[in-house]
This record gives sequence, C-alpha cells and structure tokens, in this order.
Amino acid sequence: MDEKNKKDVIVRVKRQSAPKQASRWEEFRLQWRPYMNVIICLRDIAENPVTRDGQQTTPVSYDSNCLEEVCGSCAMLINGKARMACSALVDQLEQPIRIEPLTKFPVIRDLSVDRQFMFESLKRVKAWIPIDGTYDLGEGPRMAPEVQEKGYPLSRCITCGNCLEVCPQVNDHNPFMGAAIFSQVRLFNMHPTGKMHAKERLAAAMGNGGIEDCANAQNCVVACPKGIPLTESLAEINREAWKQALFGWLAG
Amino acid sequence: MRQPKIIVVGGGLAGLMATIRVAEAGVPVDLFSIVPVKRSHSVCAQGGINAAKNQKGEGDSTAKHFDDTIYGGDFLANQPLVKRMCEAAPGIIDLLDRMGVMFNRTPEGLLDYRRFGGTLYHRTAFAGATTGQQLLYALDEQVRRHESEGKVKKFEGSTFLSAVIDDSGVCRGICAMDLRSMEVATHAADAVIFATGGIGAIFGRSTNSVVCTGSAQSALFQQGVDYANGEFIQVHPTAIPGEDKLRLMSESARGEGGRVWVPKNPADQRAPRAIPEAERFYFLEEWYPKYGNLVPRDIATRAIHHIVYQERLGLPGKAAVYLDVTHIPRETLDRKLEGILEIYEKFLGVDPREEPMQVFPAMHYTMGGIWINAQDHATSVPGIYAAGECEYQYHGANRLGANSLVSCIFGGGLAGPAAIKYSAGMQSGADAVSSDVFEKEKKRQEDKNQALISNQGEENPITIWRELGEIMTEHVTVTRLNKNLELADSGIQALQARYRNINLSDRTRWSNQTLNFARELGNMLILARVITLGALQRNESRGAHYKPDFPERDDANWLKTTRAKFVDGEIRLTYEPVDISQIPPRPRRYDAAK
Repeated sequence: MDEKNKKDVIVRVKRQSAPKQASRWEEFRLQWRPYMNVIICLRDIAENPVTRDGQQTTPVSYDSNCLEEVCGSCAMLINGKARMACSALVDQLEQPIRIEPLTKFPVIRDLSVDRQFMFESLKRVKAWIPIDGTYDLGEGPRMAPEVQEKGYPLSRCITCGNCLEVCPQVNDHNPFMGAAIFSQVRLFNMHPTGKMHAKERLAAAMGNGGIEDCANAQNCVVACPKGIPLTESLAEINREAWKQALFGWLAG
Repeated sequence: MRQPKIIVVGGGLAGLMATIRVAEAGVPVDLFSIVPVKRSHSVCAQGGINAAKNQKGEGDSTAKHFDDTIYGGDFLANQPLVKRMCEAAPGIIDLLDRMGVMFNRTPEGLLDYRRFGGTLYHRTAFAGATTGQQLLYALDEQVRRHESEGKVKKFEGSTFLSAVIDDSGVCRGICAMDLRSMEVATHAADAVIFATGGIGAIFGRSTNSVVCTGSAQSALFQQGVDYANGEFIQVHPTAIPGEDKLRLMSESARGEGGRVWVPKNPADQRAPRAIPEAERFYFLEEWYPKYGNLVPRDIATRAIHHIVYQERLGLPGKAAVYLDVTHIPRETLDRKLEGILEIYEKFLGVDPREEPMQVFPAMHYTMGGIWINAQDHATSVPGIYAAGECEYQYHGANRLGANSLVSCIFGGGLAGPAAIKYSAGMQSGADAVSSDVFEKEKKRQEDKNQALISNQGEENPITIWRELGEIMTEHVTVTRLNKNLELADSGIQALQARYRNINLSDRTRWSNQTLNFARELGNMLILARVITLGALQRNESRGAHYKPDFPERDDANWLKTTRAKFVDGEIRLTYEPVDISQIPPRPRRYDAAK
C-alpha cells in the first residue's frame, strides 16, 4: 500500500452490555487497509479494545460466521441501513461509520441479536417437504427447468432478518412474520411434492402475524441482500390465501 | 427396553443427517451447535455433490467414482468405506432431490451434472453455485420438522467443551457452555456423534467459516480420542485473497469451462482481455492435457505456486493468476455460477463476467481428522462417533472436489444408526452413571474458565491467533521443508507459552466472545502441533503433502495412516496400515490418462 493512502477509519459502535440494559455509543479510530470491511473493523477493535479517547473497553459482541454473505449471521445496521457486515466495504461507506444492532430483534449484547422468531415462524408455516423417510424410495419428482429457475432464487434466503428490520409492519405490537417466511411458503408450495400440502402452509400463513398484515411498503425487496423477489412472493401468497379463504379447503 | 439417548455435536450436513437418522428411528436426540444450525459452514460449499448416476451417457459407474476417489487421494484412504460411499452416492442424490433441493435441471426435467476436478465424467449434481447451502437447508428443514414433532431438541448458541468420560473410559455425555449466559453444564447421553467440521482457523485465514476452529476435535484428542492423518491439508487452488477471509472461487468455475492463465510476459501491463490468446500461458492445460484445468486440487495448487514463485510469472506485483470465465455466455454463467460470481463482484467490485478473476490458493479443507473405524464411524473412545470433515476416512491424501458433501451425508447417515445400535446394546446407560462423574467434568471446565478470566497476563488472544496463522500458512501448507516444520513446531510452542500469559480484555460473564475464543485458541494450538509433527515425520510426497526433499510417494515406508495419540500430556505419533484390499496402489499421474 502507498504511504499516501494510509488513513484512519472512524467507527462508532452502539454498545449494550446485556438485554434490557441502556445503550451507549463508543467511537474508535482504526487504520485503513484495502478491501477493509466492517468485520475487519470489529476484529481490529477486539485486538485493541481502546476507544478513540483512550478508554479501555471490551471487544464488541457480534454474530458472524461465513463472511461471504451466505450464512445470514452478520446482519446489522450500518449507517442506518440493514445489511450484512461482511459485504459492507469501508471504502463504500460514509464516515464515521455507525454500527448498530438490528432493532426488530432482542439484543443479546452489543450487535448480537436473537432471531429465533424467524426460525419459529418457519416451523409454523411448515417450511419443508414432508418426506416419508430417508430410506431408498427412488428418485424425486421431475421438475421443469423453469420451475427450478423460479424456486432456486427463493431457496437462497439466508434468514438474515433484514426484510423484517425494514418492514413497518414488524413491530412490538404486531407479530407479522415478515416477507422471508412467505417467500418460503411460496417455494415449498411450488415444489411438485410440496404442492400436495400447499393448503396447510397457506392456512398457517394466514391469521395472527399472517400475510394479511403485509401493508405493501415494499421495503423488504430493497433490503434483501440476496435479491430475492420478495414482493412477488408476498403478492402470490396473498392471492392464494384469499382464494383459499374465499373458496375454502375444497376448492382447487 | 431402556430408551437410548443420543447427542449430536455440530449442525452442518453430517450432524444434521445423523440427527435425522436418529430422530427417524424414534430415539431422542439433542443437537448442539455454536450457531443456529442453518448458519453452519456447509453453506459455503459451492460447486456440487458427486454421484455416478451416468446421466450423460458417458459410461460412468460407482466403480469409476470409487477409483477416481482412491486415485485422487493418492491411495492413502482405507478403501472399504470409500467404496460404500460411492455406491451409496446415487441414492443420496435421490434422497436430497426428494427433500426438495433445487438442483439444476436438464430440459427433460432430470438433474443436470457437471464436471469437476480429478474425473473425466459429468458426475457432479449442483444447485447453481451454492450447492452446500441448498443441501444444508434441505436437511435443516427436515430437522426442523422433527423438532416441531418433539423428536429433536436443539441447543443452538452452545459450544462443546469436553466429553464426560467415566472411570472405565466410556463416554457418558458432554460438557457444554451456553454462549449467552456462559454457563457450563453437562448433558448425559449413551452415545455422542461429533460432526464439528473443519479446522481452517488454525491457519488464520482460510476459506472456512469463523466457527471452523477444530476446537472440539482438539478437546477430544486431549481426552484420548485419536486423531488421524492431521498433516493432510487441502489448499484450494482458486480463492480471492482477503484480510478477514480467503473467499472460495469454486472448482465449478473450471467445471463449466473456466480457464486458468497468466500472461506469457510477466511484465505485460495490458488489461487481461487485451492480451491475445497467443500471448497467454494456459499452464494447466499445457502441463496436464488430459485433465487440463480440472486436475485435482493439490496438483493445481502446486502448479500455481510454481508459476508464481519459481517461474515468477504471477500477475504483475501480485501473488495471483487469472481464473477466466469471460468467454462463457452470460446466460450460462448466471444460471450455473451466479452464487460465486456475485461474491467476487460484491467483495472486489469487479464483474467477473467482464474481467478475469484474480485468484490464489487458500487453505480449504482437512483430509485428516478424528480417527474412526472402517465399519461404523466409532472413535477410539467407546460411545464417541464422528462424521463429516472432522473425521479422516474418505479422502486419503487429497479430497476430490464435490466429494465432501457426499462424505458428510453418507458418514452422518452411518453414524446415527451406529450410535443407536451401540446405545441399545449397553448393559446400563448414561442415566445409571454416578452424578460425580458429571460434576467432576463440569468443575474442571468451570475452573478453566475461571483461570482464563482471572489471568493477569499481557497477551491478546487475537494477536496469538494471527501469529499462529502466519506460521501455519507459511510452513505447513503447500511446500513443506523439514527445517521449516521444526521452526513451525517451536514457534507454536512459543505461542503456547505466551498463551499461558493471556489477558482477556473482557472479564464479564454474559455473552463473552473473548472467553470462548481464548478457549478455542488453546485447543487450536495443540491441534496445530499435531498437524505440524505429522508433516515433519512423513518423509515422502503424497497428495497434498509435498516435500521437495522427498519428492516421490514412498509406499514401502509411508503407505500408512498417521494416528496421533495424546499420552501423558504429550503428542505421540503411531502408524497403522492402510486397507488397500480393493484397488492396488499404482503411480498417480495426471499429465497422462489414468
């Protein structure tokens, strides 16, 4: 690296020592390096946990794992935007870089949050293919390439929670399950075997926290790091749910 | 009859498959994972999963898959389990297909297959370039279904600390730490299956995820669970260099026609696409005409190192070569490789459809791992089983691409029923064991935490870890020299001394990631020595283990498995014969047909 390129990176991190504790901001001055991302910033702090004004502090707690945007762990608010920390490159961020935990999930500590709600929702809508067993039952159903090409993008959802974070309908007063979940319902309902249980999933997608709570703000599709067509999924599930509600279980 | 109880540690592909098999048999299973299982490292597998379904009319067979795997592994793998795995692979694909994996399809609606390294057949089923993610999700969904029916209990956000082993040397459960409350607790089980994955963090930067530290394997090793072939480390030829991680660029890029090259003139400053064909050096294609860009990973990695370090033909000012997919139609790239091209684009800001990627080899996988038997994945300690990357059975001295996913699922599928069978055959289960056994282990682990928390040293764990990674990457990866391996071992021991002088910058008792990392680091240092000493001892070159001073494979002296034991606090290397009952060893050469 050229000497002239050496510069500081100023990072502000919202800290919270435990659930329900008050939060505070801490500012850090780090040394810039090429291709630096927010994860590297947090590691630098862990190696030298001293704030910009010289106060000793603790390393920042945060969730991370794959560091290539496929595990869904490191979602946080970076300069106010819900995104993955690993793919948030310092050079593309305005400084000071503000890093905060997601606000729609309970904070565990610092930037680490509890997203169990999403996994529970996946249970609720039965987001799986109910196979008879793992013993040999021959090949799976044939599938037209265009079905695969529709399904595959939906199946890349990493359960990061960004779509819930940006949704005005997801809040303390409303148990709305969020776009990701309905997109999974759509995925399983388009699969040749999954289709056989479409009604069950649609029924689960209605009711408390269900599809009717979507107010069509369309923030989700913008926030999705995987480019999943969430609004299409919401529209389709909404349509199918209405059909089922109007014509009942017996209609096709 | 007494109801057995099983614990699975690790929620990647192998752990989930084991869990499903146990739940399906109606046996209660507790599943422990550091991260929510859907975020396990298996999601990083990209290119595909091998099975000789022969769906391209090429005359492929499971026997050929078996031979490619043994030959690719340079005859170090015990052959019986590999044979069974290759025979089971087509059925595994069918099962995954039934679970709803969105595999790419042919116009007829059948699964599509592509080529991968170390074979001449289209044998690799794939779901875009995120196959591991898709497979993991399918198993995750099945486990969630069993969980909702009360058959599986998950302990996510919990890390394994040690096995509970009674006075007769039998495993009776585990000791784990909740990563929020930092509480240490023991959990009884009749059998425990470990599926704790890779060890990339020992090399500092690798293609592995953050949780792949090998800490669990090392903890078990220190409790008497033998560790085999530790010195066999796969360095993947094509990754994007990065400071936090070396991001994999899947072999599937080459499987779909991607080409590796450098400018013939190392001073050539032109943009890559402005360099005419005649002035490019496609060195893999030239040196290995039969397999070309799809030679096995150890071969491609050494070739790239040779080009960069010996021939000095790397890209100007960089340790890198081009991985070029720009000649492949955009539509094909998006349909088959989007997942990885997107990674390159997001992290480097360059569109690889327009400009060749710059890549370099990176630590990727361990062929070595927990020693298990060749029948049912039992380890050297009764009651402990292992499956997936954390064990050593399937890949010999070098793993072929797209064989890891199949070995995880096959191994997990075998270990689950094996653990049940063992448990059912016990005279008395873990429930009959004195609570003292559990209390003692819990106390031992709590004391360890307390010692770390209250240690008043000067050393930062992250600094020690970074230095460990530098030592291992420099001396214990692609090219191994005995004098450097000796240096590495003394370097690791120096780090162990500094580790005793550690200072945790966080002494709190809630979600203390520093404490957990410090524990992992202590274990990493020990496993690093197992790897280094194994490499030092093995004076030959075989698969990924390459010593210029001993450039040939030496079957007379070294056709044997390294089996490391931990005796009185010391690492002791022993050796045992390799089962070559099916395919007699022959020279391994990829510059000519097999």
